[in-house]
Amino acid sequence: MSNVRSLFKTFFLTELLVGMSVTLRQMFARKITIRYPEEKAPQSPRFRGLHALRRYPNGQERCIACKLCEAVCPALAITIDSDVSEDGTRRTTRYDIDLFKCIYCGFCEEACPVDAIVETRIHEYHMENRGENIMTKDKLLAIGERYEAMIAADKAADARYR
Amino acid sequence: MDNLLSLWNGLTPELQSVIVTTLQIVGVMLAVVICVAFLTLAERKVIGFMQLRHGPNRIAIFGLPFLRGVAQPFADVIKLLLKEVLVPSAADKKLFMLAPLIVLVPALAAWAVIPFSPEFVLADINAGLLYVLALTSLGVYGVILAGWAANSKYAFLGAMRSAAQMVAYEIAMGFALVGVLMAAGSLNLGDIVRSQEGGPLAWHWFWLFPLFVVYFISGVAETNRAPFDVAEGESEIVAGFHVEYSGAAFATLFALPEYANMMLVATLAALMFLGGWLSPLQGYVPDEWFLAQSSFFWLFLKVGLLLFVFLWIRATFPRYRYDQIMRLGWKVLIPVTLVWIAVEGVMVWLKIGPWAP
Repeated sequence: MSNVRSLFKTFFLTELLVGMSVTLRQMFARKITIRYPEEKAPQSPRFRGLHALRRYPNGQERCIACKLCEAVCPALAITIDSDVSEDGTRRTTRYDIDLFKCIYCGFCEEACPVDAIVETRIHEYHMENRGENIMTKDKLLAIGERYEAMIAADKAADARYR
Repeated sequence: MDNLLSLWNGLTPELQSVIVTTLQIVGVMLAVVICVAFLTLAERKVIGFMQLRHGPNRIAIFGLPFLRGVAQPFADVIKLLLKEVLVPSAADKKLFMLAPLIVLVPALAAWAVIPFSPEFVLADINAGLLYVLALTSLGVYGVILAGWAANSKYAFLGAMRSAAQMVAYEIAMGFALVGVLMAAGSLNLGDIVRSQEGGPLAWHWFWLFPLFVVYFISGVAETNRAPFDVAEGESEIVAGFHVEYSGAAFATLFALPEYANMMLVATLAALMFLGGWLSPLQGYVPDEWFLAQSSFFWLFLKVGLLLFVFLWIRATFPRYRYDQIMRLGWKVLIPVTLVWIAVEGVMVWLKIGPWAP
């Protein structure tokens, strides 16, 4: 009897028709694709994108050249040179992040005792020339200045979980 | 204008008919190529929608928001034509460049005998069906040549698979058409349609339903469409017979003939089983209404529906394994057609169904 039923099913293509009804129903279902440049997926304040170096509100650099980020970086993307500055504090003379080496793990941000190096939620950036992948101290500070409001808001949003 | 008219009247009737026929041929070919362009768009849209995606939705005509994605095929064509045609150094260069044409020419030439409406057909020949069968079988030579000339093992494997598959399914397809011939009593495609006069239940699909299904399945296999596209099989043989082709050669070898053949199979199925240009409302609404009259509109609608089923099948089923394809072709479809031809013979003998006196 089961043989007859399976023969019936085979010749009337019932299972194929069931499958086709599934795809036909999906055709009228709501589409879940996001139309990217116009629509964007929601982003967490913890998103780890392009790096930035921050300053205190009085304009002083936060970074104290402790080199914890350089030490913790698993991809060896950070290079720091330090020296005594004019006012007698220890400051970096060079702070380079190679974006091609960086794996955006966020360890540098975690390691930083003064919240100087952060990863912003900026992820739409590009390079047009060789060498632009090296983010120098100036570039990082510029990003920090430009997006300070966003960085501060993200830090504040995440503060209660730390 | 008057000058042109007098020039036209000055030509001999033979020359006039040559010019008219040439223009008709160009018109039909252009229509087929444009339909192919929009069929690729429809395919990507339909499959995208079935997979919960949007499909192409960027390139618009004149930037009109409701036409977004409509110009995608033209962008694709321009891209393909501008790309370099690479010829592998170990390839047989002449055959390599000849193969796309051998695939393309039959796919377009077969449209000559297709009756588009009760009045319009390019060549109203008596052996139309035979002509179509002969030409569609020719396409496989191009595929084999493409696979052979590329001197690549993937292309060669794809060509071999394609050849074996076409041979297997051509038989089932031919037998399915034998059933149609028995019912229609003619090889002329126009006469086959005219023999189905009288509403949807008089069309051949009703009495020849198994043959209709077999024809459609072997049509899918003949055109190397999913789920029978082992000739391409990107997961095992990269892209099969067209792996070494690029640019314009790729477009003429693969994209154009594949879609033109799809449309041809759908059109033939519509002509032979779904009453071609005949109206499905014939006899249900007043005869003078447009909906009750035979017209190209109905053929277009039926072909469109069948093409949608082609795309629908591709979106639904995974690819068959090679031995399963062979089994289906030789052990299932051919016996089914043979049995139904015998059943049909009995029906003719007993004079039931469409053969009732």
